[in-house]
Amino acid sequence: MKAIAWHGKHDVRVDTVDDPGIVNPRDCVIKVTSTAICGSDLHLYDGYIPTMQSGDILGHEFMGEVVEVGPKSTLKKGQRVVVPFTISCGSCYHCSKHQYSACDNGLPADNQDIAQELYGQPMAGLFGYSHMTGGYAGGQAEYVRVPFSDVGPIVIPDGVEDDKVLFLSDILPTGWMAAENADIEPGDTVAVWGCGPVGLFAVQSAFLMGAERVIAIDHFPNRLALAKRFGAETINFEESAVYEALMVMTGGIGPDAVIDSVGLEAHGFFVDNVLDQIKASTFLGTDRAHANRQAIIACRKGGRVSMPAVYGGFVDKWPLGAFMEKGLTLKTGQTHVQHYMPALLQAILEDKIDTEFLISHRMPLSDGPEGYKMFHDQQNEVTKIVLKPGLD
Amino acid sequence: MADQLLHQQTDDAPLATSKQRDAVERAKSSIPEASGTQITARAVTINRPVAEVFAYFRDFANFPSFMENVERVDVFDRQRSHWVVKAPAGGTVEWDARLTAEEENRLLAWTSGDGADVPNSGQVEFHDAGARGTVIVATILYDPPGGVIGKVIAKMFQREPAIQARRDLRRLKQLLETGEIATPAMNRRQYEEMGL
Repeated sequence: MKAIAWHGKHDVRVDTVDDPGIVNPRDCVIKVTSTAICGSDLHLYDGYIPTMQSGDILGHEFMGEVVEVGPKSTLKKGQRVVVPFTISCGSCYHCSKHQYSACDNGLPADNQDIAQELYGQPMAGLFGYSHMTGGYAGGQAEYVRVPFSDVGPIVIPDGVEDDKVLFLSDILPTGWMAAENADIEPGDTVAVWGCGPVGLFAVQSAFLMGAERVIAIDHFPNRLALAKRFGAETINFEESAVYEALMVMTGGIGPDAVIDSVGLEAHGFFVDNVLDQIKASTFLGTDRAHANRQAIIACRKGGRVSMPAVYGGFVDKWPLGAFMEKGLTLKTGQTHVQHYMPALLQAILEDKIDTEFLISHRMPLSDGPEGYKMFHDQQNEVTKIVLKPGLD
Repeated sequence: MADQLLHQQTDDAPLATSKQRDAVERAKSSIPEASGTQITARAVTINRPVAEVFAYFRDFANFPSFMENVERVDVFDRQRSHWVVKAPAGGTVEWDARLTAEEENRLLAWTSGDGADVPNSGQVEFHDAGARGTVIVATILYDPPGGVIGKVIAKMFQREPAIQARRDLRRLKQLLETGEIATPAMNRRQYEEMGL
């Protein structure tokens, strides 16, 4: 089959590889019909995530048709499913508490060592996202082996188009959980750093949870315009000073909750950010975190910090003093996708959440390498690329 | 000596995690017929009842299904068994093992016979953890093959007990909790190539 494979920094290719098949009893194999490039795939593309190996198949936002089932899968051939990006067993302590991204068993035993050393305990497996998250082949391919198919994939009713439901795999639940982690109360003002897909879904979710105002921060005009479309006020950080603007816009209080949906590759030329870039390029630090620092400084006293953004390693100059003195609360984590999928599918079917607005480009799977380059180089115009193996 | 006593009274950490030089000797005194120069301990919590976990573990013939390097266990009788274990560079090491203590759903202790390729001994404790299932604590004493150099080589091949015990317990947990062992293999052919 054809698949998009990583071969190094800014080097992804269409490789011809072995077809996947059933390995474990709970597996299924799906024929991919739609698969997106995620903002966090750009972290891989830019070489920020360790333990990638040449030839690794990328992609963790995908859906398709079930073509093979293991003896313990509950799916049937021909069903259309969206697959969560987290590989979770459904039977461990954490899964039983719906903390699916903290699953004990999704990560193969040999791949758990790095996370154990780096984080203290290993997390769930992820599709197509380096060997420290399992080394699982990803979904930017014609076919994918899906472990634990009896608890992961969600069946999509007939007649509902791929583009409407594809984002249940990651970014919609991630944006929703980001808003949930902000513990929004009616009347709150919520500030969202980063108007990528997660930030834009966080904007929609925050309003649905009762926020009175949402202030969205980015520097791409097109993305800010999308945030506006959902009722957010906007700050373009290239044109205005963010902290000062937020303080004036909130009557000197600061936002009640702040959401960092930027993560480890924050853009912009600020002093601490430039230092981070120098350190990252000399391997002294792994994560650039300007947006996160700014969010903590701007957040009102006793406010909530929600961090859906991906961080992998260590940051310094993190304003721990401000965090403590102001008595902030931080909630974060990889998304518990399986927990959110059923209710969010319902919200999509009832037209409470708009998903298709995000897609700016649809292209054949074999144009994947070009898609990566476009997404990387033209972030204003390219909000989301969906690859369609059927178009090849 | 007074310092030593004070240390023992105010530190409840398992002996295998001790920074004190006499930790191995002290551990030996609490495990029947224990011998070895290195000690390692690993714990895992398995979301299954203690009777089920103990019964699975007690049948040593099950070990190759979750212990990557155990090729075969021949069970002679309730106490004695013979172990064939993969070693670095494609070889195998073998030994006879003998149970030195057994309490149902509580404890298993063993020692390898004289002349084992890798002398080892230790104990596995089972604790009922209520709603969380069963806690297993494995404490292993061993003499690494070929001293320090052997240990370095073994580590390169992931055949070193401290690393291996942790991975094997994870596999046991996966098998008992999910009915299978997680693998990134895309298909059967890759799975065979990866081993286990």
